Amino acid sequence: MTAKGKARDKASAPKEKEEFWHLRLYVAGQTPKCATAFANLQRMCEEHLAGRYSIEVIDLLKNPQLAKGDQIVAIPTLVRHLPPPLKKIIGDLSNTERVIVGLDLRPRSQDAL
Amino acid sequence: MTGTRPRKGRKSGVGGGRAGGGARGGSNGLAKCPSGISGLDQITSGGLPRGRPTLLCGGAGCGKTLMAMQFLVRGALEYDEPGVFVAFEETAGDLAANVASLGVDLADLERRKRIAIDHVRVQRHEIEETGEYDLEGLFVRLAWAVESVGAKRIVLDTIETLFSGLPSTGILRAELIRLFGWIKEQGLTAVITAEQGGGKTLTRHGIEEYVSDCVIQLDHRVDEQVSTRRLRVIKYRGSIHGTNEYPFLIDDKGISVLPVTSVGLEHKVSNQRVSTGVAAMDEMFGGKGYYRGSTVVVAGTPGTGKSSLASYFADATCRRGEQCLYFAFEESPAQIIRNMASVGLDLDAHVRKGLLHLHAARPTIHGLETHLVVAHQLTERIAPSVVVLDPVSNLLNAGEHRQVHTMLLRLLDYFKGKGVTTLMTTLTNQNQTEHTDVSISSLIDTWIVLKDIQSSSERNRGMYILKSRGMNHSNQVREYRLTDHGFELLEPYTGVGGAVTGSARVVQEARELAEESARRGESRRRQAQMAAERGAVEAQIAALQARLHAQQEEVVSAAAHEEARQQQVAMGQQSVSRSRQAEPEGSGRGGSRRRKGVRK
Repeated sequence: MTAKGKARDKASAPKEKEEFWHLRLYVAGQTPKCATAFANLQRMCEEHLAGRYSIEVIDLLKNPQLAKGDQIVAIPTLVRHLPPPLKKIIGDLSNTERVIVGLDLRPRSQDAL
Repeated sequence: MTGTRPRKGRKSGVGGGRAGGGARGGSNGLAKCPSGISGLDQITSGGLPRGRPTLLCGGAGCGKTLMAMQFLVRGALEYDEPGVFVAFEETAGDLAANVASLGVDLADLERRKRIAIDHVRVQRHEIEETGEYDLEGLFVRLAWAVESVGAKRIVLDTIETLFSGLPSTGILRAELIRLFGWIKEQGLTAVITAEQGGGKTLTRHGIEEYVSDCVIQLDHRVDEQVSTRRLRVIKYRGSIHGTNEYPFLIDDKGISVLPVTSVGLEHKVSNQRVSTGVAAMDEMFGGKGYYRGSTVVVAGTPGTGKSSLASYFADATCRRGEQCLYFAFEESPAQIIRNMASVGLDLDAHVRKGLLHLHAARPTIHGLETHLVVAHQLTERIAPSVVVLDPVSNLLNAGEHRQVHTMLLRLLDYFKGKGVTTLMTTLTNQNQTEHTDVSISSLIDTWIVLKDIQSSSERNRGMYILKSRGMNHSNQVREYRLTDHGFELLEPYTGVGGAVTGSARVVQEARELAEESARRGESRRRQAQMAAERGAVEAQIAALQARLHAQQEEVVSAAAHEEARQQQVAMGQQSVSRSRQAEPEGSGRGGSRRRKGVRK
């Protein structure tokens, strides 16, 4: 939080760039929703976080016990682990606006609110 | 118990997940899953429907979570059916702490893989909805938990949290249908808890649409300042069930439901007799006392010694080395002990030896159901052979007439089933010693009435046996006294003037004694008199007989004299004629007498 706060004050993009984003996408098999979600996610990450993100795809059908840890109920769910705080987004990520708000992704050009 | 067969219900799709239709064992009857909750299995004739979901609805604090947890734990411990508890509201830690008060060690059960607990957190503020989704994540978790312990039972508590957590109701409802279908497919017996709905719906979000095989409603209400918990089986498809409201209790053993339907009339009976504690009273009962396992009532007006009689019975029980449980609804244990010491009973010794258990509680301290459960618990723990309820009429303060009656019915039946001899004392009015306010006479085997007998500025006490099933008993009203030496029964008054008691009796007895001795004296005198008369008469007879005898002799001797005289006359005449005959033969010879007789 403090890092972000400073970034806001300075209103300089480079500070944000230093944060590394770790995202986890929970899917259950290869359903259309999951594929859509993945595609959308990749697109958005490339657009906003080029070079400083990693996406981990967890298939719950293969590893069901992992659902408990992040309290996954809906599929697909995207969890932002880094930077903190934890954020969860459910759905196939088609609503880009919502994704941005939800993940707190800020376009590089805009100032933080 | 049949094992669970994975039911091939219809899978998802709108309206396809209804719990009805499909594979229900029509001719075999519905398979049931015993809940392990005492009483509930009886109301539902066997338990919850196996392989189907049951809805448990009720307001806050009704005990839904507890009941669901108990269902799971009992299944794991008693029926070898592991279970999964999906908690939407409480964390696993909270849950464990809450049920620890019931003596359930959840952690241990989890370790032994008997129960799996999954806390599903669905927080609205954590979730941003960004497109299409489904609840496959939940399914995955459930499937995994079920598999990890081989569960046959599952609890979802409370599924309505999903409604407040997830933004899209449409998706949620569709997924719920799919979920229940999935559960049925897995052959799991499910218990779903839900909050009480406001107006028209049973639950707040209308879950009863999806879960309608069996619906149980819990209720917690306060009636005249006393709280009672009730349970009602609103619906049970395919099975007979008790449809009334049944009170239940939550105590440190969990939930116990107390159904009236368990009051059957099949008890084993004993032919043994137990002493009443007062030897003379045993005489009134054919010499032996009450039947073991029977129900005895001692009814009387105030101050007639009912508690004393009850204490005598308790004392006799303890002397035999048996356990006695004494419920006192009016006096404290210390008071009872002190009062009984005044009639020569040492109850304190029995208490110290652990044979007599005095349990005092004002009837108004809990609701009736709690009294019932306390009685059950204590009886289970102590296993007494005799239970005393003193007095039972006080319980009226704790509830209304019919409820008290029902409760007593259950209690007495429970004791009978255990072969416990029950003695109850009850207070009656002057006018109605043969009724009680609680109308329990039909439950009672032996009825003893203690009454006041008032006569000319004195009150004495009498007792009689109104009824005693199955034995010969005295029908006498016997006077009794409570003295320092104890309970004294006086001999039945066998006088002529009807029953009298007290000093009047003493007077009457003295008078009768005097009369008796006077009569005896009189009869002796008369006997003596008659003997004398008889003597006189006999003497007369003797005299008369002597006279007769004398007269007879006289007659005989007179006759003899007469005969002798005649003979002499005859002889004289002969000699004269002989002397005269000599003259005609000798014609002139005269005067010579010849001594020849004339031969004729």
